[in-house]
Amino acid sequence: MSGAVVDPRLSPARAAPKKGLSLSWSDPRFRNIVWQVVILGAVAAVVWYLVQNTSRNLAARRIATGFAFLGRTAGIPIGESLIGYDPAINTYGRALLIGLLNTLKVAVVGVVLATVWGTVLGVARLSKNWLISRLAAVYVEVIRDVPLLLQLLFWYLVLQGLPAPRNSFHPVAGVFLSNRGIKIPVVEWEGPFWWALAAFVVGIIGTVAWSRTATRLQETTGVRPKVWPVAIGFLVGFPLLVWGALGAPFAVEMPALRGFNFTGGATVTPEYAALTLGLVVYTASYIAEIVRSGILAVPTGQWEAGGAIGLRPGTVLRKIVLPQALRVIIPPMTSQYLNLTKNSSLAVAIGYQDVVSIASTTLNQTGQAIEGIAAIMVVYLVISLSISFLMNWYNARIALVER
Amino acid sequence: MSHSTTRTTAALGEAAHDPVPAIAGIPAAPIAAERARPAAGRFAPVAWARANLFSGWLSTAVTLALIYLIARWAIGFFDWAVLHAVWSVPQTEAGPDASACRDAKGVGACWAMIGDKYRFILFGRYTYEEQWRPAIVIALFIGLYAISAMRRFWRKELLLIWIVALTAIGVLMWGGVAGLEFVPQDSWGGLPITLILSTFGLAFAFPLAVLVALGRRSTAMPAVRMLCVLYVELIRGVPLITLLFMASVMFPLFMPEGFNPDKLLRAQVAIILFAGAYLAEVVRGGLQALPKGQYEAADALGLSYWKKTGLIVLPQALRLVIPPLVNTFIGFFKDTSLVLIIGIFDLLLAGKVAITDPVWQAYSTELYLVLAVIYFAFCYVMSRYSRGLEQEFRRTARR
Repeated sequence: MSGAVVDPRLSPARAAPKKGLSLSWSDPRFRNIVWQVVILGAVAAVVWYLVQNTSRNLAARRIATGFAFLGRTAGIPIGESLIGYDPAINTYGRALLIGLLNTLKVAVVGVVLATVWGTVLGVARLSKNWLISRLAAVYVEVIRDVPLLLQLLFWYLVLQGLPAPRNSFHPVAGVFLSNRGIKIPVVEWEGPFWWALAAFVVGIIGTVAWSRTATRLQETTGVRPKVWPVAIGFLVGFPLLVWGALGAPFAVEMPALRGFNFTGGATVTPEYAALTLGLVVYTASYIAEIVRSGILAVPTGQWEAGGAIGLRPGTVLRKIVLPQALRVIIPPMTSQYLNLTKNSSLAVAIGYQDVVSIASTTLNQTGQAIEGIAAIMVVYLVISLSISFLMNWYNARIALVER
Repeated sequence: MSHSTTRTTAALGEAAHDPVPAIAGIPAAPIAAERARPAAGRFAPVAWARANLFSGWLSTAVTLALIYLIARWAIGFFDWAVLHAVWSVPQTEAGPDASACRDAKGVGACWAMIGDKYRFILFGRYTYEEQWRPAIVIALFIGLYAISAMRRFWRKELLLIWIVALTAIGVLMWGGVAGLEFVPQDSWGGLPITLILSTFGLAFAFPLAVLVALGRRSTAMPAVRMLCVLYVELIRGVPLITLLFMASVMFPLFMPEGFNPDKLLRAQVAIILFAGAYLAEVVRGGLQALPKGQYEAADALGLSYWKKTGLIVLPQALRLVIPPLVNTFIGFFKDTSLVLIIGIFDLLLAGKVAITDPVWQAYSTELYLVLAVIYFAFCYVMSRYSRGLEQEFRRTARR
């Protein structure tokens, strides 16, 4: 493969007399084409060999290929699902869909909580109080250097070690911590809540519109009208008004101990809680470092300069410091979000039924190894690509326009 | 905001009493750095504590609350882990008698479990009489890391040392030569497996990663570049578990009939492919960080592509990527614990199996703590090393 890469800046100068592709070994372009054909051919040959082996093996084991098994009745018992599921009726396809939703449930909640907790830690790491900053540093160091799987097993052990329902911890009214999971009260969802939600969405639109108007007024008159009272009115007042006008229904379903178990309320299973807790604790230690370096990347002079031109601290933060800090923070944060999502696949070790867990049960039951793994890969590739697409779009939006 | 304001005024106030007169022509930065240090004097600790622990009522309250919490937790932990702990239990004919541990349950730790099972946790199901061999293997690995960390050994001979050490490790683990009893791979386990999977993973993934990184930066061969991009992005887009599952259920389908490599080798292949993609990105970072002038100078000398790469580009680029390489290695070291899911006896699974013993079933916390300490020890040393190196490189780069 000698002379494979010709520096593009040099090639026009070197290939002075422009002529067509000569079929000579001394023409680098010809050599490159030959080498590429050889390499691609070798890869194709390996792939072809593997496909041949696979089809022979599949034939020997009488495994039919294809995704027809998705339509068959699954018979996998699933502990928790966001949508209805009955192992006797529902298909493998639906079981996998539930697995996907369970993965997303962990990933979305995990990303939000890890961001919050990681930011708190990152700020704590920069605290002027020595004790706080040391504690945060020790946390980051210890959590990072212990495998996530070990931590997940530990958290699961802790949550399973909670007392039985009858002796459960009862920190505040309506919350029970037991080895069956965490019981929390739920608000009974009724029609007016939908309307209040709709009102909230309208409120968001109204707030954005008013903020734009305020900017326009500021540009013409130099005085910016207050935005926050209007925003509160739109976002809190309006939904409350709608909800009140429709009779203000409010009923909380409290969990209560009946015999050996709880009735009512919602349950956070130990598996879900352990997985989310482990992922948040682990990922936050990485996010903390990202946030810290992001904050340190903005020199103090920026705050001072912002103050010197007469901006309020909040405005300095929003208009001057954050845009610069986020530019440093967003790219590594994206990869942490991706890592958290991929790490959620460790669920299989503690018995939470995410997409990997259900797919592996499926492929054990049906023998459809290739299809099962292809399904997992497609799911994660789609999730990864969507997160990076979203974050790249956001990053492009907030990137400072440089001259 | 208030922070920066107070800092500024403090600096100004100090400037007024500064005993060292400012000298014209010397930049302000080093003086400011001097100033930022806690005030020295007879009561330095007191002044330090006032500045860093009790600088305001809020800070004081937080400090006191934290000290209280830490003290309470530390005393409780000390009670559990040392004072009330059971360090050993009597051995009876039916096995260890864990009644002392049962009595101390919830009050004190049961370290006797570790004492009873440590050989299993460290070496898994390896033939009991031959366990000195994996013990030497662990020592060899640690020695190998230590030598690779030393600057003095950063030259071509290091490659030779690695080949010799890895061969010796293979011989010791398998045996079958020089009077050593043959031990099949199925019965390997514990810490050597963790070290083997991560180190062999790195050793084999690294050359692959260099080739892929070069391929990905190739401008003249778009087809090769596409192939490399496809490989890297595909592997990095899916979790390691997927690859391990693939190795355990799909790999046998890919192979010709009758050829069925054992589980450990399959997992090792999966880890190499996984590591290759991540390392390729690390190496690519190093290739990109190299100034363009280096490439141009090599071209100006009329070097061929491989001479340019081997003599000019790689020696500099690989030096740059050593700190991120160590960080990636720490990641693999932790990630090897995932092989537990496909049933390979690494450190974590050996530990988990050790406590399936009915006598010790209730003492997982102690086990997890010990395993965490082992993993932590390896990772912490490596991460300190990489950080030190990074700082040193930054200093040299600035000079």
